[in-house]
Amino acid sequence: MNSRQRDDNTAQTLVSIIDRIYKQIESKTVPNIILPTRTKANIEYNNDSEVWVYGNKESMRSARTVKGANQILKMSYVVELLTKEHLENNRGSTLRELYYISENWDIAKFKEQPESDRLIEDLEIITSLQREDFHMRPEEDGATIFGALRLKENTKRGERIIHCRDDVGEGGYQIPFNVNNIDLLEHDAKFIIAIETGGMHARLIENGFDEEYNAILIHLKGQPARSTRRMLKRLNEEFNIPVVVFTDGDPWSYRIFASVAYGAIKSAHMSEYMATPAAQFIGVQPSDIVEYELSTDKLTEQDIKALRSELSDPRFDSEYWKHQINLQLDIGKKAEQQAFAGKGLDFVTQRYLPERLTEMGVI
Amino acid sequence: MVQIIAQELAKKQRAISIAEFFEKNRQILGFDSAPRSLLTAVKEAVDNALDACEDADILPDIMISIEDAGGDNVATIIEDNGPGIVKEQIPKTFAKLLYGSRFHAIKQSRGQQGIGISAAVLYSQLTTGRPTRIISKIDRDKPAHYYELIINTSTNEPEIIKEKKVDWDRSRGTRVEMEMKASYVKGRRQSVLEYLKDTAIVNPHARFTLVEPDGNTVTFDRAIDTLPEPAREILPHPEGIELGMLTKMLRYTDRQKLAPFLRYSFSRIGLQTAQDICKTAHLDVDADPHNLNLEEIKKILAAFKKVKITAPSTDCLSPITEGRIYKGLEKEYSVDFLFTITRAACIHTGHPFLVEVGIAYGGSLPKEDRVTILRFANRVPLLYQQGGCAITHAVENIRWKNYSINQPGGGIPVGPAVIIVHVASTHIPFTSESKDALADIPEIISEIELGLKDTGRRLKSYLSKQQTLSKRREKEEIIKKILPRIAEKVSLILDKPTPDIIPIIAKIMGNLLVNRDISKNGNDLKVNISIKNYGTSALKFKLHDAHAFPIRDADPEPKLISLGRDTDHIWQIDLKSKDKQSIVYNLPFISIDEVTDMPELIIEGLEDEVVNGAKAIRGYPDE
Repeated sequence: MNSRQRDDNTAQTLVSIIDRIYKQIESKTVPNIILPTRTKANIEYNNDSEVWVYGNKESMRSARTVKGANQILKMSYVVELLTKEHLENNRGSTLRELYYISENWDIAKFKEQPESDRLIEDLEIITSLQREDFHMRPEEDGATIFGALRLKENTKRGERIIHCRDDVGEGGYQIPFNVNNIDLLEHDAKFIIAIETGGMHARLIENGFDEEYNAILIHLKGQPARSTRRMLKRLNEEFNIPVVVFTDGDPWSYRIFASVAYGAIKSAHMSEYMATPAAQFIGVQPSDIVEYELSTDKLTEQDIKALRSELSDPRFDSEYWKHQINLQLDIGKKAEQQAFAGKGLDFVTQRYLPERLTEMGVI
Repeated sequence: MVQIIAQELAKKQRAISIAEFFEKNRQILGFDSAPRSLLTAVKEAVDNALDACEDADILPDIMISIEDAGGDNVATIIEDNGPGIVKEQIPKTFAKLLYGSRFHAIKQSRGQQGIGISAAVLYSQLTTGRPTRIISKIDRDKPAHYYELIINTSTNEPEIIKEKKVDWDRSRGTRVEMEMKASYVKGRRQSVLEYLKDTAIVNPHARFTLVEPDGNTVTFDRAIDTLPEPAREILPHPEGIELGMLTKMLRYTDRQKLAPFLRYSFSRIGLQTAQDICKTAHLDVDADPHNLNLEEIKKILAAFKKVKITAPSTDCLSPITEGRIYKGLEKEYSVDFLFTITRAACIHTGHPFLVEVGIAYGGSLPKEDRVTILRFANRVPLLYQQGGCAITHAVENIRWKNYSINQPGGGIPVGPAVIIVHVASTHIPFTSESKDALADIPEIISEIELGLKDTGRRLKSYLSKQQTLSKRREKEEIIKKILPRIAEKVSLILDKPTPDIIPIIAKIMGNLLVNRDISKNGNDLKVNISIKNYGTSALKFKLHDAHAFPIRDADPEPKLISLGRDTDHIWQIDLKSKDKQSIVYNLPFISIDEVTDMPELIIEGLEDEVVNGAKAIRGYPDE
């Protein structure tokens, strides 16, 4: 299927939503849209795909309420934009631009960007398509890859074959927003290590960790963008190489890992497409804080609340996580990745990571 | 040796001047910080001006001007249109502590100790060394007198620095100008501006003009052109009297015999009661009151408790009145709902008091903040020590959630509201001499709570009516604005004709409108429930009206089912399309206040979305 056909299919799917609303009005039904409930209480584990997806709970947005009516109206405007501007003319816009475009929509104008972002997610869920199919671009940069990996990217200016260590600077190869435009060619790696912070990413490159252990380094840049998670999933599936995730030792970082491995609550409809269930958590584990006597900060009120909330999050419902989270609540401390520097600059690459990777059976 | 020490001490005692007394009691007198000193001075002068105007039947017009006077000093001018002060009285009024006409009177008044304005004069002279300047004029045809005064700190007598006749373009009034170490602050509760705003609320018959140091003028206009009813003086009531006071009264009385002393020195003691008291105290009715010893005086006090004495008269109290508080709130806040109430007078420890409560809700008041509490004692705003005041405690004791106001974590509720509480009494029980907060007297707290609950009930019934209205408005927004746009947009995308939305409008608006109206009907209340079917098909349902009040003369007669305390009144209704029906009944001998929280009507057998103005339940199909 070429991109023209794909765009036509997408447009048809989007228009069918509008058609349904039209038919509801014709048949004297108050217009409504049915969506899965998007909360922690409504995600469940799918045994086949091994990721967390939305469960059966549905909520109905009906034009009986002002909120529901506005949502249906706004969705109509967005569908018009996506079909008539984007797909028909092969154009695209960013999520931020969508928010600004709506300024001309009178009462259908979005009040804030999260509202328009959410509506795009709603459309993804209803259509089982991805926002890339709508030609919606995310704002954030994708993460960077550094390591022995060769790939081909179809850019708007032609095909490029790139080696992610030899053809790029120290900044690495930047993952584009639509990972479907990439063909993975070959690699020479034992595993992939995804790193939360720039500081630790740079430390591993400086220490030559990628060469010494045949690793592909991926810098997550905090909560990873969709394209980064999709890239991790593809590398893991297509090359069958293990993925490990290295983050700070605090509740917010565990959520970064969870979104890589199990999927995010906000985008559970995309889990099967983006989550890498085989991904493993290296650390920083609360037990590392104790074992390696790392420098720590006190847990804040918010940290404690977040940890408690994770105890009731189905994604963390395992012996391992329960043990680690309860341990952290006990000691009341958190540690950053870079706390390892307190043991010497080489400690993390010479001792901590090799020890953990061996323990996990990766090397 | 011992004697020498005693002599030394005696010398020291004499040397304690009123200046030192002032220094030691600055907090008590309200001059502890720079902002508060200014506020206290303004407050004392404004209190005097208001009292003087009211005593003379003049609508007060008070100008307050604050200017920077260099360094840490501020110059304050307070000018009123009151009756003025006769020339001879001017020095003592302003420059002698504890001089005043109100100290011994048993009636409600703003200032009670007479320490007020002269304390400000003293503070001014102690911090700047400058005299206070007074101009006063008592009549259009009389000259205005100008004085520069200080207080002689060793004798507590006025010292006249300068005095002369001057031209003053006012027909009468008093002008006080003083300079003091103080500061003008804005943007907080304890400020001159807020004090004046509060004062304007409870004195809607007065006009205040404030000129701030930057030249900005703020006017609090008058909302009522009549003066409040003046309070009357009464004799003290035996129940509230203390040993010291009684001893003093006995020593200084002109009466020669005990029974007449009792009869003419106290309120509510007649010939018979005076004799009963003497008898109970085992004292001779003809005993000389000046010669009683401590034991005998205590016996009289004990007898006051044993003998039945009528409660004190309450006409010495001067409520602001609910109408005036309403006007005051209305002019200072733009809100959606106002309710004020003046409660009947009660007695605490022998002193008559009464409570007035009001609430202002909605409008431009902030929704996320804690409710503002305006506290007043004898018409004077209390700005300090909110947390330690009986008024605040009473507000905190109420469970506001029952009245549709949030109260996260208990305490002061949160919402777009201002609560005003005024306690009027011949004796306000303050927690301390600085007169910032009311003590937790159970009788007072309970009265405030009753007033608050009443205002809460009114607010709740207002809000539930609003909710019905806003539901209706919301639906109108959907059908008038949003739905036509949806129809237009979807047909444009599909390139099809715009579909008819009228059948959907009917579905959204609901078909059945129910309204319960309660009105006064002599001693009874008349309840009228009107029902109209706006839909296109006939509706069949049961109407439930469940409450605890016995009903009479119902038309048509309902079926009754007892629900324990309440009775469910049930009407079976059959309404054709476009038909309406009325149900009427009476609630005998019930006041409108008692029914403010009547439960909602319930419609059984229809979908909630079809019904407006009542709660719909599915119910069970008829057997």
